[in-house]
Amino acid sequence: MQKITRDVLVEKAVSLLENGSVSCVLGWKKGEFDYDITPAVFESKEELVSDFIFDDFCGANFSKYLVQKTRKVEGKILVFLKPCDTYSFNQLLTEHRFDREKVYAVGIPCEGMVDIGKIKAITGDGISSIVCGDTIKVNTIYDESFDINAKDVLLERCINCKSKKHVAYDELIGEEGEVIESNRFDEVARLEAMTPDERFAFWQNELSKCIRCNACRDVCPACTCEKCVFNNPKSGVENKAPANEFEEKMFHIIRAFHVAGRCTDCGECSRVCPQNIPLHLLNRKFIKDIDSFYGEYQAGAEVGSRAPLVNYTTEDIEPCDVFERGND
Amino acid sequence: MLKCSIDALNGVFAKIAADATLYLPTDKDGSTVYAEWSEGVELSNALNTAKSPKDFFFPQVEDLMKFKVEGKSISVDDIRSESEDFVVFGVRACDVRSFDILDRVFLVEPYDSYYASRREHGVIISMACSKPAETCFCRTFGIDCTNPGGDIAVWKTEDSVYWNANTEKGEKLLSKLGLEECSDDAVNAQKEKTEKIMSKLPLAGLTTDGFGGGKTLDLFNRPEWKSLSESCLGCGTCTFVCPTCQCYDVKDFNTGNAIIRYRCWDSCMYSDFTKMAHGNNRNSQVERFRQRFMHKLVYYPENNEGIFGCVGCGRCLAKCPISMNIVKVMKTIGGNAE
Ligand code: SF4
Ligand code: SF4
Ligand code: SF4
Ligand code: SF4
Repeated sequence: MQKITRDVLVEKAVSLLENGSVSCVLGWKKGEFDYDITPAVFESKEELVSDFIFDDFCGANFSKYLVQKTRKVEGKILVFLKPCDTYSFNQLLTEHRFDREKVYAVGIPCEGMVDIGKIKAITGDGISSIVCGDTIKVNTIYDESFDINAKDVLLERCINCKSKKHVAYDELIGEEGEVIESNRFDEVARLEAMTPDERFAFWQNELSKCIRCNACRDVCPACTCEKCVFNNPKSGVENKAPANEFEEKMFHIIRAFHVAGRCTDCGECSRVCPQNIPLHLLNRKFIKDIDSFYGEYQAGAEVGSRAPLVNYTTEDIEPCDVFERGND
Repeated sequence: MLKCSIDALNGVFAKIAADATLYLPTDKDGSTVYAEWSEGVELSNALNTAKSPKDFFFPQVEDLMKFKVEGKSISVDDIRSESEDFVVFGVRACDVRSFDILDRVFLVEPYDSYYASRREHGVIISMACSKPAETCFCRTFGIDCTNPGGDIAVWKTEDSVYWNANTEKGEKLLSKLGLEECSDDAVNAQKEKTEKIMSKLPLAGLTTDGFGGGKTLDLFNRPEWKSLSESCLGCGTCTFVCPTCQCYDVKDFNTGNAIIRYRCWDSCMYSDFTKMAHGNNRNSQVERFRQRFMHKLVYYPENNEGIFGCVGCGRCLAKCPISMNIVKVMKTIGGNAE
């Protein structure tokens, strides 16, 4: 489905590596099967040629890796960024989380990434090969083959893609895209329309599945505290496992508040959750409310913007109005 | 060998559930989970549950004791929840082996009475696999998915369910279920078919060569650990979905007027894992990552007569956010490396 091929990216990476512009490349590495790519650091042409991959399974967003990698690597790091990844990139820069000078960012177009979970729901277990394309061809060890329309198995965040525009790059491959209309708040509106009890039951059910693996937090580009309070024995709220139903929700609610106004809606939390909890709905609710209280605001759209929640203007909504609204 | 028809299965479940709580894999919200059986709860057709069944014996969170100080006296109460008899149906061969691996940790000195009590009260009814996934590699560890262990083994075909007791506990339960005697032809036919599929699995050739007891010095300083762990998030997904990961932390919870001491799963991938007075003994993610795999592939077999600490269930392959896993480790270092 991707218009841009892996070869173009490898060629770009090899030339930047060989002319010394960058000392390593952050990219997707092919896996055991045709769908299990791993984010990896490539240091040589040989590694790139044999293992670099770019296809419909390259959902992983590398922006957050730059926080650690820029501290460790000598020279510049080449990073490939899809449009949604560039918002995280900018947000991290706004928060001074990495040194822009140490990065060479190449924007690459994206046609949407697919969700292996959705593919497996159609094919069942036993996938022996997958060939990407507008029609995804899957073969299984049970001698079955499937033709799946890629658009039917997109990641949630890609179904509701908010922008094809790269908001940060040193170089762009392909054409400049546009911010697009999406229906990403529809599901939030559906939750808002529920009665408080129904909504509570919805989240109770979803969050009770949480195994507190922290993958959502650890992958989140807005979660870059050097030591999360939930990992810090001195914080008083450290917890490795929710002790009760209250703590089950507390972690998620605190996290949603902490990333409010900074979450770019990159979709990584929901993509990685092993329990398929729709975490993005929590963050999107905050985004929707911020939009309606303070005017439209997209975190990461530009570097250095002041998020409404950390800014003050005399036009700001009064707490009592927010409170009133909660009683509706 | 005993059998019942698929249509009679719910009736058999009802008989089991009359004397003990019965748990089985069922589909919920697009995922497969163990749930308590009651009329209307359907056995899932999925190969395996997203989370392993280790919770039955080693729950993610468990209260151990309660301390209360009044004046100058302190009382210490055992507040464990008493185990009741329960039956877990549909455990796959890989997961059955995981109980053996956990037993070797919890049932040796210092004997863990919390775990032991659950083990004593639980009956395991395993279920043979007939449609393994591409992520399965139980055979690498000598596990035969067509002949699962447990107290009772079950084979499910299109129209029937076959039962065979492996232990006394299993005999006792099976004798109460009123099943009919039958030949094992259908089961043998299924086994043969599954065996053929097992040899076709993409990970069929994976071996434990190069791993095992005594390999610490060969593997510990391998330079590949760096690239293998390079993008590991240090989340706990792999450890929490793994049936054999057994590390826990003991914590105190202040209720306001007493202290509840509880234990909860911990992950060697976490930065505050085994933090001690002198600090942490593994300060970087590469060390933490290495620990998880060295434990399963070297230290555990070294201390347990060569038995590996992985059962090849494939959960970490399916769930790791960055798709890094034990298979990639085994193929990069050790005898599978090209
Ligand atoms: S990734 Fe999912 S299961 Fe893990 S802590 Fe987050 S919500 Fe819970
Ligand atoms: S290997 Fe994967 S699942 Fe395990 S801690 Fe690292 S990122 Fe998380
Ligand atoms: S390491 Fe992975 S494959 Fe092995 S038992 Fe644990 S979850 Fe299963
Ligand atoms: S690893 Fe083996 S025993 Fe486990 S589910 Fe797969 S085929 Fe069955």
